[in-house]
Amino acid sequence: MRNRPREIVLGTVAILASVVVFIVPFVFIFLTAAKTPAEAAEFGFSLPIEWAIWDNLTTVLTVRNNLIVRAFVNSTVITVLSVALMVVLAAMVGYVLQRRRSRWNHVVNFFVLAGLIVPPAVVPTIWVMQGLGLFKTIPGMILIEATLGLSFCILLFRAFVSTIPKELDEAAWIDGAGPLRVFFSVVVPLLRPVMVTVVVVQAVNVFNDFTGPLYFLPGDDNATVQLTLYNFQSQTMSQWNLLFMDILLITIPPLVMYIFFNRQIVAGMTSGAVKG
Amino acid sequence: MAQAVTAPGAVAKRRSVKSIYPTWFYLPAGLLYVVLFALPTFASFYFAFTRWSLQDVEFTGWENFVTFFSEPQLRTGFINTFVYGFVTSGAKVVLGLALAVLLTSQLIGRGYLRSVVFFPVLVSAIGVGITFKVLMDPFDGLINESLSALGITGPAWLTDPQWALMSVALIDVWKGVGIATLIYIAGLAAIPQEYYEAAKVDGAGGWKAFRSITLPLVRPATATVILLSLIGGLRSFDLIWATTRGGPGFTSDVIASVIYKQYQAGFYGLSTAGNVVLFLVVTAIVVPISTLLNRREVER
Repeated sequence: MRNRPREIVLGTVAILASVVVFIVPFVFIFLTAAKTPAEAAEFGFSLPIEWAIWDNLTTVLTVRNNLIVRAFVNSTVITVLSVALMVVLAAMVGYVLQRRRSRWNHVVNFFVLAGLIVPPAVVPTIWVMQGLGLFKTIPGMILIEATLGLSFCILLFRAFVSTIPKELDEAAWIDGAGPLRVFFSVVVPLLRPVMVTVVVVQAVNVFNDFTGPLYFLPGDDNATVQLTLYNFQSQTMSQWNLLFMDILLITIPPLVMYIFFNRQIVAGMTSGAVKG
Repeated sequence: MAQAVTAPGAVAKRRSVKSIYPTWFYLPAGLLYVVLFALPTFASFYFAFTRWSLQDVEFTGWENFVTFFSEPQLRTGFINTFVYGFVTSGAKVVLGLALAVLLTSQLIGRGYLRSVVFFPVLVSAIGVGITFKVLMDPFDGLINESLSALGITGPAWLTDPQWALMSVALIDVWKGVGIATLIYIAGLAAIPQEYYEAAKVDGAGGWKAFRSITLPLVRPATATVILLSLIGGLRSFDLIWATTRGGPGFTSDVIASVIYKQYQAGFYGLSTAGNVVLFLVVTAIVVPISTLLNRREVER
């Protein structure tokens, strides 16, 4: 009760500061996306004199043979499949790594950390992908994204598996379930909280990835959303309204995911960070 | 079922406990890792010493590394990598902790503040980069217009050679501080509230309590924030490429942008040498810091 005035003052100051620092840029994106080309080029922070949001939206979606729509499909396919792949594979590794003490543990732990720290060697990766016929293909991009995300997922899964009582898997084992059965029908359902965190974090990462597609999936045939934005920037420099409409469009999916899963992400991160 | 009831011990014994957690669970992930990550990494240590066009390879010894450190623009990129990594990491530690302390205190609008700090994390680096290129425009940008309304002449930000790298670092902090704050909030939540009450009884003020309780006890969170932001900062490419492309001139180049430029120019050997240099820089910085931070933690 004593702190009441202080809470209000401090809170108000923080809210005002947050509006200036964090809200204004987002509002700016929205307003610029709603302006006419001439007005958007003035870079002003003002309400559009003439609202062109619908025109801009249809223009952006149809420009260059619906490039953005195709890019959205590509990015969605890459995101969904690579995240599904990395989550399943990483959960398997994290589970065995935590449950079974063996001489492999040191080796695996070392490689997991190396995967987190070591920057991917770009041209040699292209060289390997060319050898396998995966360069510039969507399956190749999916495999690369899945590989590069493995380490982070394994660390979170390993930390979380330690909170699941070992007796549960052993009970299922004694009842005659095989290792796959034990894992998929006993352990995986219990991994749900951390699964949500991993899926959301990695989906946002893969969807927002720019460097990966820039190197491993160049060209317009298989464009991803981030590459369309990058290419728009170099080609349609004067049309800032379209550029910002594109930013607005490709920011919506991650934002929606976050709003839906906000609480669970924080909970999953926390369990990993505290026990990890 | 009947079997299990009559002889559970026998069943458990017959099926070795080891095979409940089979080693082959490592295989699928391991295959991807070896082929698409480990193999290219090992190969880079060979290709870094070659002139390479993906078809033809010619071994050239240390030539690429000599080029890398003798050309002024490449050397600038090397130094900038350190500056960028340490500046962004340091700023994220300080601001992240400050925001986390603020957002765990009794405060109106706490839920709103927590989400809003995290929003920029969700926007892609390219989107953030383009937005800030406009906001930081030297003449018409919102930032400089606001500053001049206050009577301050703002710098030319991304287009000023002296400011370019720091401007990108500033955007990076804006975008990434939400993660640092989240990790710190988790760390602060793990500190028992009784410690603060005891400190209050002993007459310790807010600052004293922060120095002697909060700071030492959020150490694991600090270690995580430092390591994650250093790993990200030293390898940073997309934000720099979206805002300055290493310019003006080469003033905001980092190793990762040099790698891309050499790749674009078709110097695959030199680009790979850049990769090896980046690998050495990241390991040489992150590994000692990580052992140091973890060791202190154990001693405590």
